[in-house]
Amino acid sequence: MRLAAPPKHRPVRSEQIILFRVSGQLFAVSSASVQEVRSVDSLAGAAAEIASPVLKKVKHIVRRGDKSLYVVNGAMHFGLPLTPGALVFILRRTRTALLIDGIDKMSAMTMLQALPQAFCHEERQWYRGLTALDQTVVPVVNPEGFLTTEELALLDASMPPPEILSDATEEGTELPQ
Amino acid sequence: MTRNVEFESQSFVLLRLGERRFALSAGQIAELVAPSRIFRFPHRTPKIEGVILRRGRIVPVCDVAEQLIGESLTARRFYLIAVRHYAQQTEWVALPVTGECELINSEMTEAGDSDAPYVSGWISHNGEIIEVLNTDALTPGPSGESLLGSERATVEARQ
Repeated sequence: MRLAAPPKHRPVRSEQIILFRVSGQLFAVSSASVQEVRSVDSLAGAAAEIASPVLKKVKHIVRRGDKSLYVVNGAMHFGLPLTPGALVFILRRTRTALLIDGIDKMSAMTMLQALPQAFCHEERQWYRGLTALDQTVVPVVNPEGFLTTEELALLDASMPPPEILSDATEEGTELPQ
Repeated sequence: MTRNVEFESQSFVLLRLGERRFALSAGQIAELVAPSRIFRFPHRTPKIEGVILRRGRIVPVCDVAEQLIGESLTARRFYLIAVRHYAQQTEWVALPVTGECELINSEMTEAGDSDAPYVSGWISHNGEIIEVLNTDALTPGPSGESLLGSERATVEARQ
């Protein structure tokens, strides 16, 4: 019998995480990556519907000062059954606002295992790794993994000029429930 | 000129998938464990069902039955935890099996060009010819790494 090399555990002393659900599935995100948590209702006035969505998972845009955030439907992104999103994470240092079902709880992780290399498709962009909490394995999302550079370029190219967008967002539309 | 071919007896683990038996080099096996809870989360890699927790490690579960016998397993008795080689490291991968596993010694005949990439070679056991599997070619991994891995994992029959 031969033992494999120990798995790569990234040195994490203790990282605060938010456990949240999308379509019933549990995920984690570093709380440092979340700039704001907003209810869908509270964002209604600042969100505009994209007239001709180029990505199925992005149907709304939120204007935040001088920049636009794309609202990514978490269920569509992960290929999960659609559920009414109730909360939105504004993700720090990204142009993503993530539509989720709700928050389970705050917790702390002390171990982050790299995603096993057997996982070799888009999920490598989606997740920073996996963590074990209370005898459960939870994927830890990568805040930058919801929209690729290509997707952002596609979205930007499809957007109307900022002044038109500003007019639209002043009126606001409701995010999907 | 006569060429002498010398085969070396090696250890293999026989595993059962449905009605068929396959072999893995014993050196590629970390352990055999009872099925435990599979944790599933969204991903796009075919054949990977999820992960299990084993000795503090998070181990992917890969159902190779469809590739080997043409159908997915409906029942499973054990997970055979095999060592999978990647370019820079090795990792564990759990392979569900349907029956008892057996450790045997045998001589392997190397696979030929016509064999599937996941076949390292062949052994004969109790009158049965059994494929020796190459987990590096059988289980998913980053593209371009499987060949490198398979070279390393191939069990050699010295000539």
